[in-house]
Amino acid sequence: MLSDAERREIEEDIKAYADRKMGCVGALKIVQRHRGWVTDEALKAVADHLQMTPDELDSVATFYPLLFRRPVGRHVILICDSVSCYNVGYEDLLGYLTKRLGIGLGQTTEDGRFTLLPVACLGVCETAPAIMIDSDVHGGLEPPEKVEELLKLYE
Amino acid sequence: MSDGSERPLTGDFRSDGRPLDMGEYERAGGYLAIRRALKEMSPAEVMNEVKASRLRGRGGAGFPTGLKWSFVPDGEGQDAAGPRYIIANADEMEPGAFKDRILMENNPHMLIEGLLLGAYAIGAGCAYIFLRGEYGRAAKAIERALAEAYEKNHLGKDILGSDFSLEMRLHMSAGRYMCGEETGLINSIEGKRAIPRAKPPYPQVCGFMGRPTVVNNVETLCNVPHIIRNGAEWYKGLSQKLSADGGTKIYGASGRLKRPGAWELPLGTTARELLEEHAGGMREGFGFRGLLPGGASTEFILEEHLDVRMDFDSVQSVGSRMGTGTMVVLDDRTCPVGMQLSLQKFFARESCGWCTPCREGLPWVVHMLRAIEAGEGEMEDIDLLLEQARLLAPGHTFCALAPGAAEPLGSGVKYFREDFERHIRGKRCPWKIKSL
Ligand SMILES: Cc1cc2nc3c(=O)[nH]c(=O)nc-3n(C[C@H](O)[C@H](O)[C@H](O)COP(=O)(O)O)c2cc1C
Ligand code: SF4
Ligand code: FES
Repeated sequence: MLSDAERREIEEDIKAYADRKMGCVGALKIVQRHRGWVTDEALKAVADHLQMTPDELDSVATFYPLLFRRPVGRHVILICDSVSCYNVGYEDLLGYLTKRLGIGLGQTTEDGRFTLLPVACLGVCETAPAIMIDSDVHGGLEPPEKVEELLKLYE
Repeated sequence: MSDGSERPLTGDFRSDGRPLDMGEYERAGGYLAIRRALKEMSPAEVMNEVKASRLRGRGGAGFPTGLKWSFVPDGEGQDAAGPRYIIANADEMEPGAFKDRILMENNPHMLIEGLLLGAYAIGAGCAYIFLRGEYGRAAKAIERALAEAYEKNHLGKDILGSDFSLEMRLHMSAGRYMCGEETGLINSIEGKRAIPRAKPPYPQVCGFMGRPTVVNNVETLCNVPHIIRNGAEWYKGLSQKLSADGGTKIYGASGRLKRPGAWELPLGTTARELLEEHAGGMREGFGFRGLLPGGASTEFILEEHLDVRMDFDSVQSVGSRMGTGTMVVLDDRTCPVGMQLSLQKFFARESCGWCTPCREGLPWVVHMLRAIEAGEGEMEDIDLLLEQARLLAPGHTFCALAPGAAEPLGSGVKYFREDFERHIRGKRCPWKIKSL
């Protein structure tokens, strides 16, 4: 079931579109914002709401790296592993983060604070290496110790 | 945006990095082009001016913009036979590219005005800006600019006292490179999985909701207001005869450079000038080995090619493509096999899985590169990689993602073959001993 707030936000978002289905990525983002990730139950509720079948909607949900179909921590760190970052210190940054957080790519810290995932070029290659935490992009992380100041902002 | 200025796209940016608001954009000459078009020009005249300017698409393929628009059928004006659409491709997920982000964050009204002019030329009544989900700052700038434009009737019904109407919406995506391919983009915005559609029919005939649709890159659209305001001849002159094509280009460079960044320069500026003057050359202690001239999906070029003019036709003469015009530099302290692995991991992960050579071939390429990088490769692997590059080449797949993967793969193996062989012979990566 969708909460009242979720339903309201989805309806508000859909107004911009000619067809309800066009709002499906936006609707999935809304439930993810409320619940942290897109659960099977939420997926089914959104599908009903948009008059789509659950598998039709899941074919969309599983396509996008910014939609999470598995549980994630309170904050998601997406580390860019594309070519400009690779050439300017990606491996050092990844090494630092995995050591500092005690997790590898695709894992969540035991306290549920951070999930670490790889992501494609974040479009800030002139300030490589870069990461995105939740919806904020941060570049210039060379040397990797610079990430310490950032982590403090995401309790 | 003083007339005759040499940097029409970026010359008016604020120095503090905040986006120009409506007042600032108008004071710089913004929205004069659409006013002029609505008052004095027919849609066909707008289209012809863009054709005459020789503007070519900045999304990577360099297709002539005016010609693309002219493929929209059904005659002139908004009344003709049913709805048409125009979509700004703001997906920008090509690794190494960041030029569209800079335009949208700094001057969102310029994109809106470009869409207005394009919509007027093709008779569209509805426009979308398809923005990648990671571009939150650009989204804020665009949302505010759209609100300002609606408030001043630059969008909506009967724009600026004319009988031309246009609705414009921002559509935020959620990542995935395939969404930038224009037919994948159309499926994505319709709420479907972003696999491509077979062409023909081309989107200009049968696109969004089965209706005529033009998809243009952000930078392409940002050029249009300047062309309409100052004329095709002025626009052609911007490239200072360095190129047969008109205008300026937002070039960029990333890697171990003194000043990585982006610069608006005459189309046809050489790769060497970009690298040595604008990017300041290599950082202290790093040597140059090669570069991808236009993002991840273009062929490597080497030192001996650097005098090439960066425009659509010239870069082909050295076996590569201009692509997005944002170069990625390989230095001598980065392993070319590791860089190739990063490139192919990207293509393998972003493949939509529709065609066999791409879905099956790219993970296999990644597997082989991983083995070579770990010192477990065999000499035959090198020829297998080249064979894969041939299988991924144009003509075997629905979209250009696989050919885009083949370009750095084939050229990378060719130019850095000796480095691949050293990995295999020595059974380890020669670059992974730096802490000794
Ligand atoms: C996999 C793939 C991704 C693409 N991504 C983008 C993109 O992010 N932005 C873009 O403008 N064009 C992208 N393109 C090219 C578009 O399909 C299309 O050619 C372009 O938007 C046309 O605009 P233009 O004529 O103004 O250059 C991509 C193509 C492929 C095959
Ligand atoms: S080439 Fe790759 S990305 Fe393009 S349609 Fe085929 S499988 Fe999908
Ligand atoms: S490659 Fe990492 S931000 Fe572009």
